[in-house]
Amino acid sequence: MAEQQIKGYQTGTFVVGNRLLDPEQRSIQARTERSNTLTSGHRACQGCGEALGARYTLDAAMRATDGKVVACNATGCLEVFSTPYPESSWQLPWIHSLFGNAPAVAAGVAAALKAKGREDIRVVGQAGDGGTVDIGFACLSGMFERNDDVLFVCYDNEGYMNTGVQRSGATPPAARTANTKPVGQEPGNVFGQGKNVPMIAMAHEIPYVATATVAEPRDLERKVERAMEIRGARYIHVFVPCPLGWGAASKDTIRLARLVKETGIFPVFEAEEGEVTGVSKIRRRVAVTEYLKLQRRYAHLFKPEVNTEVIARLQAGADRNIRRFDLLADDEGAEFPGEATDQAGESESGPGTPPIPEADGQTAGMLRDTHGNPR
Amino acid sequence: MLEQLEGSQAVARAVGMCRPQVIAAYPISPQTHIVEALSDMVLTGDIDPCEYLMVESEFAAMSACIGACAAGARTYTATASQGLLFMAEALYNASGLGLPIVMTLANRAIGAPINIWNDHSDSMSQRDSGWIQLFAETNQEAVDLHIQAYCLAEELSLPVMVCMDGFILTHAFEQVDLPTQEQVDSFLPPFEPRQMLDPAEPMTIGAMVGPEAFTEVKYLMHAKQLQALDAIPEITADFTGIFGRESGGLVRGYRLEDAETVVVALGSVLGTIEDVIDELREQGVKIGALSIKCFRPWPIDEVREALEGAERVVVIEKAFAVGAGGIVGQNVRLALSGCESTVYDIVAGLGGRPITRKSLGTLFEDVLEGRIEPTGLHFLDLKKDVVEREISRMEHGKKPGPHAENILRDIGTVASDSH
Repeated sequence: MAEQQIKGYQTGTFVVGNRLLDPEQRSIQARTERSNTLTSGHRACQGCGEALGARYTLDAAMRATDGKVVACNATGCLEVFSTPYPESSWQLPWIHSLFGNAPAVAAGVAAALKAKGREDIRVVGQAGDGGTVDIGFACLSGMFERNDDVLFVCYDNEGYMNTGVQRSGATPPAARTANTKPVGQEPGNVFGQGKNVPMIAMAHEIPYVATATVAEPRDLERKVERAMEIRGARYIHVFVPCPLGWGAASKDTIRLARLVKETGIFPVFEAEEGEVTGVSKIRRRVAVTEYLKLQRRYAHLFKPEVNTEVIARLQAGADRNIRRFDLLADDEGAEFPGEATDQAGESESGPGTPPIPEADGQTAGMLRDTHGNPR
Repeated sequence: MLEQLEGSQAVARAVGMCRPQVIAAYPISPQTHIVEALSDMVLTGDIDPCEYLMVESEFAAMSACIGACAAGARTYTATASQGLLFMAEALYNASGLGLPIVMTLANRAIGAPINIWNDHSDSMSQRDSGWIQLFAETNQEAVDLHIQAYCLAEELSLPVMVCMDGFILTHAFEQVDLPTQEQVDSFLPPFEPRQMLDPAEPMTIGAMVGPEAFTEVKYLMHAKQLQALDAIPEITADFTGIFGRESGGLVRGYRLEDAETVVVALGSVLGTIEDVIDELREQGVKIGALSIKCFRPWPIDEVREALEGAERVVVIEKAFAVGAGGIVGQNVRLALSGCESTVYDIVAGLGGRPITRKSLGTLFEDVLEGRIEPTGLHFLDLKKDVVEREISRMEHGKKPGPHAENILRDIGTVASDSH
């Protein structure tokens, strides 16, 4: 094999630098003993964020439980690309039942394990955003309020990708989908709709809620490990770019997942018992356009002319998240240092330290004000 | 031991003795007393170990049973009517995955118009869902069928629905011989799942299957149901050996010897039918009855054997296929294809309308006298004047309004005027 130059790290990811770290500090993905829960050979698209999210999550859950995990999967891309009969990419006990019932199936598995005295085996339910925020929502809320011993993970790619990119309750405003086309007076998905399931999960006052992106696997792994330390209903909402559905380059999956956080569009935080216990600060704030312009689902905002009004509304939404979740690091001003040049992925700055969760006193205000879309 | 019990309590006690490990249920009349009693037994530790999930819908109830059963637990739920329809997607999933879940269906009508009373439109709507469907005639049989159902389900790895008439059985106080725990334990061994979610042996359950193998998986579902036609008589024979009484089975004949007319029905209405048959027999009418105990799988050979000598077969059914005709009747015709028998389809007891001895007596007389046309669908005790009035209203008014409300007004249930 030809000699390959090793790039030390990618900005903000804390990933590749693993090889330079002590074994104990390495991410689970960088360890030789990782379980490869979703192993190679599946049919996901090139650059699929959901495949990454599922792999990071379940490998972390497997490590936290000494390999004793049962996964309950909703119908969707993840289910379809991982189990084309007669093959399966899953190296753990895995069941797919229906589109809208994964949280209830998981609750049933957890109940069975409890009745059988096998509470050493843990249950992870997983679905895309459609299976979580729309068709599976009643089952999810029921599982939350009963505080069933299930970690439920939503891999949010902001639409129904498996059926051909239709709008879901997690599709952001202005985004083009197959049924929110860039036509008419207000092209793309409308503003003022959609639901914020992490906040709704917090309103159930379940033991643990977190958001994460596939750009920061160590942060995601840490959150999964934290979730597995807790019994009861837990929820992690993972932002997973979809190159196909978003019209983005496969190579930009990690970049998009990083930018969505650095713009403030997707706040990365965690909460216990309904109260925010920590946020991942924005490390280098960038304007939303840096994120939008990499995706053809927003192309109508830039061509034939730049739609400054809609872009301003999207920027205002990001700014609001930044205020609500206090996302700026102390040394981070209100300006956009990343705006002038797109340095994402090419920055030479060091890996830095992972964001340290901080307690804040904002929860009450956040829970009072839940009508806005944090994206 | 003989006890005077409400049907729901008796069923709950029987289910409890089957040692379910996970119960997931959602309240709907007339099934609620069963699951209320079971939740008591879980709370008091009478059923232990057992987890009772108070789910947010019937869809979640069946889904939780799917997860629990796939994780190797013996599972139970109960529902009725709209609840069964709400879990329809999960019903097909449970059977397609081959999960031996046992469910009580307290038979109730399906709306609109909303109606809480008994008929069989709920179970008939799911007759092709891949679930075995057993019908209880009495509360004693309902008790016995639940115990047999677990045996059958787990032997074949198929879900079983035990159907008992809502209110008529669920809420009736009758003497029931409840088995002892020892009897049930000796009849029903612990659940040994055919497939299980287990980290020691990771398994993928519920993979996507395309045209290359879907037909074969579905064929096996059918083949397994047909195996139940052999398994059920064996299980009922074993049951008789341990519990000392006959219960369940595929079909049961009543005074079929030399019967020229046979009445076919499912569930609790057989009691009334048999009373009428006794009266007619006293008058010298050669009439008998056939109770269908197992509707799915359809015991085609047993039905044919029981009916092929009859000149007239009168199917009394508490449901029908709107726009097509009888449901049980169609199955009976299939069983009798090539035979000379004339099959009459009678829809009766919809939405809880009582099926009286008087009405049945008149009906059988009409059949015997040739006053009923066998090709049509007949509705027992249909109020023809009410229907005709509403039809004429449809023909004359521009906005005739909703049928149900118009009819209630006509028959005086609702006092207000038409507006």
